[in-house]
Amino acid sequence: MESSALIMMLSTEIVVTLITGYFFWKVLTAKPKPEPDSYTDND
Amino acid sequence: MSNKESWGSRIGLILAMAGNAVGLGNFLRFPVQAIQNGGGAFIIPYLVCFLLMGIPLLFIEWSTGRFGGKSGHHSTPFILDSMDKRKFWKYVGVFGIFTNIAVAAYYCYLESWTLSWVWHTIQGTFSNQTQEQVAAFFGNYVSLTSWEPIFFWILCLVLNTWILSKGLSGGVEKVAKIGMPLLIVFGIFLAYKAVTLQAGEHGAINPGTLGLSFLWTPDFSSIWSAKVWLAAAGQIFFTLSVGMGSIQCYASYVRKKDDIALNAMSAGWMNEFVEVVLGSAIIIPIAVGYLGIEKVVEMTTSGGLGLGFKTLPYLFEQWGGALALICGVFWFGLLFFAGITSSLAMGTPCMGFMMDEFNWPREKSAWAFGIVIFILGLPTVLFFNYGVFDEYDYWAGTVSLVIFALLETILFGWIFGMDKGWKEITTGADIQVPTIFKFIIKYVTPLLLGWIFFSSLPGIWDQLTNVAIYEEMSRTTDVLQRAELDKKLFYVNISRVLLLSIWLGIAYLVYIAYKRRLKLS
Repeated sequence: MESSALIMMLSTEIVVTLITGYFFWKVLTAKPKPEPDSYTDND
Repeated sequence: MSNKESWGSRIGLILAMAGNAVGLGNFLRFPVQAIQNGGGAFIIPYLVCFLLMGIPLLFIEWSTGRFGGKSGHHSTPFILDSMDKRKFWKYVGVFGIFTNIAVAAYYCYLESWTLSWVWHTIQGTFSNQTQEQVAAFFGNYVSLTSWEPIFFWILCLVLNTWILSKGLSGGVEKVAKIGMPLLIVFGIFLAYKAVTLQAGEHGAINPGTLGLSFLWTPDFSSIWSAKVWLAAAGQIFFTLSVGMGSIQCYASYVRKKDDIALNAMSAGWMNEFVEVVLGSAIIIPIAVGYLGIEKVVEMTTSGGLGLGFKTLPYLFEQWGGALALICGVFWFGLLFFAGITSSLAMGTPCMGFMMDEFNWPREKSAWAFGIVIFILGLPTVLFFNYGVFDEYDYWAGTVSLVIFALLETILFGWIFGMDKGWKEITTGADIQVPTIFKFIIKYVTPLLLGWIFFSSLPGIWDQLTNVAIYEEMSRTTDVLQRAELDKKLFYVNISRVLLLSIWLGIAYLVYIAYKRRLKLS
């Protein structure tokens, strides 16, 4: 693989994966809001 | 009011929203756009447009949806109506139902191909076929040489309608919770196989990494081209499903104190992960591995559909035995999950409108949507070769999105007001939203959208006046071909009349609903 392509690909994919993972982790660790909330699973 | 829908869980909502955004375009359109617009350098305008247009539109649509939901509105006509006292906004909101109906009409046909291709992969239809035979199979399929395409299409419509009739938490959310993780697992497996493909292995002439290199090698001179920026902005539109009205509908079931900012970011970036990381690592590496760069460039001039349906089944067969079967089922299964999670989202605004305004029960609304999609979709199936499918895609899946997104951004930033808008975005937020987005939403996003719209006007005019068809007519001397072009012109014009009738029909229903509201108040 050409080094410019490798740098472009890895830098983009690492950034996108990290940001995606960060926001998903934030969702998983966010404290549930007091009732009534939007989600029936929390009822 | 018969609309008592709700989401079962936060993860379910995010997966459903991400599923709404992740579609066939993530795997078939994005890699083709990248190689046609500067390779790896395409990612620069692409990510800039995501930050300046995609994320702001996600914030706008999630927050207007939740805002409308507070007053019991679950579709854009009355969500927009509740944001300003001027009466015409509800007719702008018609786009948010129209686009979903019109796109679902052709999208379900596309989705049905993936089901059919899964079936044929399991049946072994593509085994021992040449590439030409696999391509001819596609040609015969869309030319309706048998009843099979109709069967799979109706199966797909019934499946969508049945899931929608089960409601948000009982249907849409369950599908998203199964479909999205499976899609990601299938995608990772296929990307691994594609990237580790070696020259000489299973008849490949190039390593898979050559395809990656070809896709990601940056041509930095391209980022000064307006055409590349327009392509990047267009891709952001298609990939995020913004400007459709489905995000507002999903978000309208979120309560006023619950987060939307983090949800929007999570769903939006999940879509980006699927598109940029997985979407770039499957189709092009495999195709270049077997066909070489030149052939792939030639094949992608007409988009990614051909590669996905005409070429990949043949290439998977080269892997032989169980691996060919697994990869074929995974690929078309992945496309199916990408498709159905999007088409389900297209059903909910129309259902929400009928449930809110006419007190229709959920099941009745879902089946009514299914019947409308059947009637409107029939021409795309029967006259696919006469350009009806493409015509729907152009007007509903392209032009309509841009018009609606531009108008809703102006409404949000300038009429509803940025102070109120910002409060809507940040209320209950589980993240700190950077205040720079206040400026971006008010000034940058509408300017970008305006630029996209006005730059598209010459193309819209050419499409409207059938320039391409007339040019083809002037070139041909063959009487039979001329007759076919005459037919194409006829069907293209009829499909426009049909689309316009649907828009006007929805606008009339909105008018009736408005009158009903006046009477009741």
